[in-house]
Amino acid sequence: MATNPMHQFNVYRIGPEIKIDQIDISFTNASLFMVISSLFILIIFNLGSVKKNIIPNKIQLLAELSYSFISKMISDTAGSKGKPYFGFIFSLFMFVLFCNMLGMLPYAFTVTSHIIVTFVLAAFIFIGVTVIGFLKHGLGYLKLFVPSGVPIVLLPLIVIIEVISYLSRPISLSVRLFANMMAGHTMMKVFGGFVISLGLVGGWLPLGFSVALTGLEILVAFLQAYVFAILTCIYLNDALNLHH
Amino acid sequence: MHKKLVLYLFLSIIAFFSNAYGAESEGMPQLNPEFWVSQIFWLILTFGFLFVILSKFILPKISNNLELRKSQILENIETAEKQKIESENKIKEYETLINNSKNEARNYFNEARKKIIQDIDKKREKIEEEINLEIQNAEKEIVELKKSSPEKINKIATETSAQLIKQLIGEEINNSSISAIVEDLSKKNKGKYYGN
Repeated sequence: MATNPMHQFNVYRIGPEIKIDQIDISFTNASLFMVISSLFILIIFNLGSVKKNIIPNKIQLLAELSYSFISKMISDTAGSKGKPYFGFIFSLFMFVLFCNMLGMLPYAFTVTSHIIVTFVLAAFIFIGVTVIGFLKHGLGYLKLFVPSGVPIVLLPLIVIIEVISYLSRPISLSVRLFANMMAGHTMMKVFGGFVISLGLVGGWLPLGFSVALTGLEILVAFLQAYVFAILTCIYLNDALNLHH
Repeated sequence: MHKKLVLYLFLSIIAFFSNAYGAESEGMPQLNPEFWVSQIFWLILTFGFLFVILSKFILPKISNNLELRKSQILENIETAEKQKIESENKIKEYETLINNSKNEARNYFNEARKKIIQDIDKKREKIEEEINLEIQNAEKEIVELKKSSPEKINKIATETSAQLIKQLIGEEINNSSISAIVEDLSKKNKGKYYGN
């Protein structure tokens, strides 16, 4: 049956099998949607930056609003030191947002509903932030695990908790996005299946649910991209401005 | 809270469908490592490409546009303020000019009035003098006439009475008697004719 709600997350090969040293890097539907998302972003923002109107047209306004939105987000969380990382945060937010949003189209594949994708992004952020922290503060970065004003008796416990919470960052970051996307899409599929199985008589209720869920999922798609980006900013802030 | 709820829902759905479609379900495709490497490879490729193009070419242009607009707006505001100050100065200048010219006009008017009044006064004085002179002359003449008139009247009266008598009676009466009567009469009536 095609009503298996997990079926939509299947990855399959498109075109020939590509292998380098026994490692399969074939072009799949996931790759296709990554490419589509990237091209979409590039086309929109290229169109939004070509003309230099003093009074912007719609697409230029969109690009400029997104720019100032992300720019404000970074300066609010990481301060002025976060400015060099603007390009990365911007790309990250837009990539996640467009992958989430394109996943909302019927029959589309949601790239971010795969743990491996979100984990790679989160792990990259984690490693990058850690490297930046050690480059900026040297071994002083380890002070992050020793909050000031804690009684000495409690210090070992606090340090252990801090280390665990720091190490769990990539996991929480990746699982949050992946689980949100997968749960939402699964639920939509389930309710869609109910519409068919309950038919004309009882199908209206799940249909209404489906409609409501679609709205909720669009909200979640934006919110999770925002959360992903802002958490990256907060981690970056920890590395750039050592507060503890 | 939200996370917990989502996780709970997720787990219950998984449980429900792994029971319902237990036979054909392959579990979560996400946990199938078959295409993990491919996904990582394409993620790095596409995201790297996106990042490079965005941060090298597109974002600088957008930031440039924003800066350009900001600076242009600031410039416009500056010029607007400058022009405002300029116009205020111009208005002040204009007002002082108007005031000055008003004062000048008033001065001119006053001067002209003074001059005219003086002129009129002079002319009036002159005319008054002339009139006074005339009046004096006239008075003199009148006085003279007053003085000489009784004699003349008497003379005329004498002559006319002589003529009348001659016409009436046809006889000539000597003048001295007539004049004596006339003088007598005129003396009697003097108050009547020349009463002042």
